[in-house]
Amino acid sequence: MTIKSKTKMTSDGNVQVKMLIKHPMETGQRKDRKTGKPIPAHYVEVVTCEWQGKEMIRAHWGPAISKNPYLSFKISGPQAGDTLTLRWSDNKGESGEQQSQVS
Amino acid sequence: MKTLEIQRRKVLKGALATSLVALAASWGMLGNRAYASRPQMAFDAEDVDGTLKALFGDDAVQDSGEITVKGPEIAENGAVVPIKVTAKMNDVQSIAIIVPENPAPMVASFDMESGIVPEVSVRIKMGKTSDVIALVKSNGQVYRGAKEVKVTIGGCGG
Repeated sequence: MTIKSKTKMTSDGNVQVKMLIKHPMETGQRKDRKTGKPIPAHYVEVVTCEWQGKEMIRAHWGPAISKNPYLSFKISGPQAGDTLTLRWSDNKGESGEQQSQVS
Repeated sequence: MKTLEIQRRKVLKGALATSLVALAASWGMLGNRAYASRPQMAFDAEDVDGTLKALFGDDAVQDSGEITVKGPEIAENGAVVPIKVTAKMNDVQSIAIIVPENPAPMVASFDMESGIVPEVSVRIKMGKTSDVIALVKSNGQVYRGAKEVKVTIGGCGG
């Protein structure tokens, strides 16, 4: 499970962050077609973006976010060359982190 | 006997004080976070009223023309519905997205620092045709914007 991200200055002077996390986002309501057993819920619960040690946004997600979640948002403050830290963690305790440089 | 009793009380008092300090310290550490913890009760709620109550208590929710919910008129695949929420008001603290017709309406909430432009895009699952509601908390008030998305094939089951 990996993060892909793009962090860019936009013409309005804000920084746009686009990120894609590779994750199954299982709701816990689906059944395995072969065995008929329910597939356990497995979804990203939290995504955060940090800039200069400050958390800018914290997303709380449930299983109704689509598989391989996409998230985009804008922040003001960071300049080109600055680094943002993107993090996620899921309901099974798995997590990931990526540094994304503003271009 | 009396001295023993007093000593026992002292020990108890000390233990109590220590635990109070530890409690205060842990609260202090939590206090550094500007954000609320995960609104799990809202995710567990099975209807809109329960979700609203878990998110905002008894706060009144006002409709607002300053909130835009963008999404497709018709979503052929309910498993992937792109939604963009934009709020024009200042000082937005959070944006929540709920889909009343889903088995659990709560989809997501975003806590934001003041440096955030109140605009988020995500892709969500929709079981069937429903409004997509955005709830924006700004200056202690809760505002609501919505858009109906028609779903051809639902995206919650197998």
